[in-house]
Amino acid sequence: MGIESKLGNLGIVTTTLEGVVNWSRTGAMWPMLFGLACCAIEMMGSQAPDYDMSRFGMELMRASPRQSDLMIVAGRLSRKMAPVLRRLYDQMPAPKWVVSMGDCASCGGVYNNYAIVQGVDEIVPVDVYVAGCPPRPEALIHGIMTLHEKVRGEKVRDWA
Amino acid sequence: MTISQIEITSDELRHLVSNRALEGETLLLNMGPQHPSTHGVLRLLLELDGEKVVSCIPDVGYLHTGIEKNIEAKTYEKAETMTDRLDYLNTMGNNLAYCLALEKLVDLDVPERAQAVRVIFTELQRISSHLVWLGTHALDLAAMSVFFYCFNQRERILDIMEMCSGQRMMTTYFRPGGLWRETAAGFEEAVRAFIDDFPRRVDEYEGLLSKNPIFLDRTKNVGVMSAEQGVAWGITGPSLRGSGLAYDLRKEEPYSGYEQYEFDIPVASEGDVYARYWVRMQEFRQSLRIVRQALDKLPKGPFRSSNRKFVPPPRAELGTSMEAVIHHFKLWTEGFSAPKASVYVAVESPRGELGVFLEGDGGPKPYRCYWRTPSFVNLQILPLLSKNHLVADLVAIIGSVDIVLGDVDR
Amino acid sequence: MDSVLQAILQDLEKTFAAKGSEFRGQASLLVPADQIVAAAQALRDQHGFGMLAALSAVDYWPQPQPRFHVVYQFKNIPQKLRLELRVALDGNEPELDSISSIYPNANWHERELWDMFGLRIKNHPDLRRILMPEDWAGYPLRKDYPLGYEEVEFTFNFEEIEQRKPRPKE
Repeated sequence: MGIESKLGNLGIVTTTLEGVVNWSRTGAMWPMLFGLACCAIEMMGSQAPDYDMSRFGMELMRASPRQSDLMIVAGRLSRKMAPVLRRLYDQMPAPKWVVSMGDCASCGGVYNNYAIVQGVDEIVPVDVYVAGCPPRPEALIHGIMTLHEKVRGEKVRDWA
Repeated sequence: MTISQIEITSDELRHLVSNRALEGETLLLNMGPQHPSTHGVLRLLLELDGEKVVSCIPDVGYLHTGIEKNIEAKTYEKAETMTDRLDYLNTMGNNLAYCLALEKLVDLDVPERAQAVRVIFTELQRISSHLVWLGTHALDLAAMSVFFYCFNQRERILDIMEMCSGQRMMTTYFRPGGLWRETAAGFEEAVRAFIDDFPRRVDEYEGLLSKNPIFLDRTKNVGVMSAEQGVAWGITGPSLRGSGLAYDLRKEEPYSGYEQYEFDIPVASEGDVYARYWVRMQEFRQSLRIVRQALDKLPKGPFRSSNRKFVPPPRAELGTSMEAVIHHFKLWTEGFSAPKASVYVAVESPRGELGVFLEGDGGPKPYRCYWRTPSFVNLQILPLLSKNHLVADLVAIIGSVDIVLGDVDR
Repeated sequence: MDSVLQAILQDLEKTFAAKGSEFRGQASLLVPADQIVAAAQALRDQHGFGMLAALSAVDYWPQPQPRFHVVYQFKNIPQKLRLELRVALDGNEPELDSISSIYPNANWHERELWDMFGLRIKNHPDLRRILMPEDWAGYPLRKDYPLGYEEVEFTFNFEEIEQRKPRPKE
């Protein structure tokens, strides 16, 4: 887009600030290791060779919240763990996104009882919900791609 | 609960840590619930003298799901879906334990074919659980490529499970009385292809790790446990077999037809991390042996009991038989009832003795279903094993005890 | 049932005024609450039951007596025997002696009994909650404790549930 269509191949690309910032954010969005239960195994499976997530920029999973952008809440969140989740979310620097992976993280899943928080969106704001019990690695990757589309649509006013 | 309330006050800590910690001579470090090497949400409170661990206090409960209470609110057959999610690496093993306990309680028969298929799937599940163990244990000790190899092979096993039951992990394929449905068309070929290919993979993993000087340095003479300590602390499974005691429930109290198959029990005597690693590597080969025998002997026949008081009739019968319709109605609305008694059935999970204590009250819902999970009991020995070891050794020890937090916290 | 196990059962029934029973080949012994430590000691030292396999409880509310049954599963590895011991407890705040001096792994099992059922364990080295948060009120596995079922959101009650569910904005 822009003037290079008139000037030809000069090695210059023109775009908006939003476009380039959003593109770079989706290019290497590092997830934080927040595997809680069974969904964590499928998350490890999607990092593994058969359904490689590092094709999409998620080369490695950082254990430290201070060095990650994306928190994939994989698994059931118990009431004892909930304050820890909030504390870790607060420790992540902006921009940050949350993917709620699996039924238990999205809505409490199979467990409607005293011990499980009925959806992590009671604790942190969620961007993408991935359904499944556990979701297939392909479903998780689809969720990540949906998040990338959402990030590409973000506007300057939201993060300025 | 506010954030400030999760810190334990020094009064509560006083009886747990030594005086040196309270005076500030040793360091109290929190290896928190979110940590890459704790294999889940396990919190360890470490008292460190430099790099050496003086004491280690595990704090569990961060994954407590209330499964036992949820089971009490569902009928017997519906409760089985909850059982998958306890030890989520050994899902079919959990289903097996629950079905065996239920079948013992109501005295339900299981046909031969179902028993053989159950054995095949349980052993495949054991292989897949040990693959995850090996991958994550090696990853903690910085051998990253083993992680990728193991998960690649695990996908082959998950493909077989998906072929028969439709689900990769939480299958609920075993039902009271047998299996949910007949095995899929390509099942035997797929299993045979897997067990023909897998032995060279085990050789590959052993070639990467067993003589590797870094691996040997990090695992030999680390976390030594004697057999007497193991029995006193209730340790079972490969951890106890790594200390010299040949105790395997598949041989001691055979279930589901295990007495027909010939297999050995690998036992090591040193009791350190390397011994437990060695035992699990040999268990790969023994599981393959069992699957091969079960596959060769796989009998033809019904896949589920025909006792209509407990097993719903096939849909084809509903068009012709009134009794079938009545049984179907009764089973899907109210469910079957169990007598007012209790049983305790134990199976050998990849982690140790998985026991189900099932008590019925004459009604259609379980009155009490207690899960004696191996990881809960095995984790108790961690403070004892990690005394005077370095923090890096602690990581190796946690990996070798092979805990799954879903098992610990239920 | 195994003849060795029969002999052990008869011996224990005499010594501890216990009542034995059997169901589907599994032996069970009902022992009075004050005798449990002595019975556990005898099982370990005289009869060779070296491993405590499981320890849990069943709540028979609203039946007041007995309200709880504490179930111990012991395993004799050399002779391949299993035995279940039950202890009947009454009332809402019952007490029980700890066997963690005899079987070390009873430590966490008894903490779980305290946490889930409210059975106070005497002489326990470290009695505090293990699975629930430290400041939780109530004992979840008791039958008079509610399941904690949350109303499922459908279209007809969506707005009213959304009003009271906490949803953080950032």
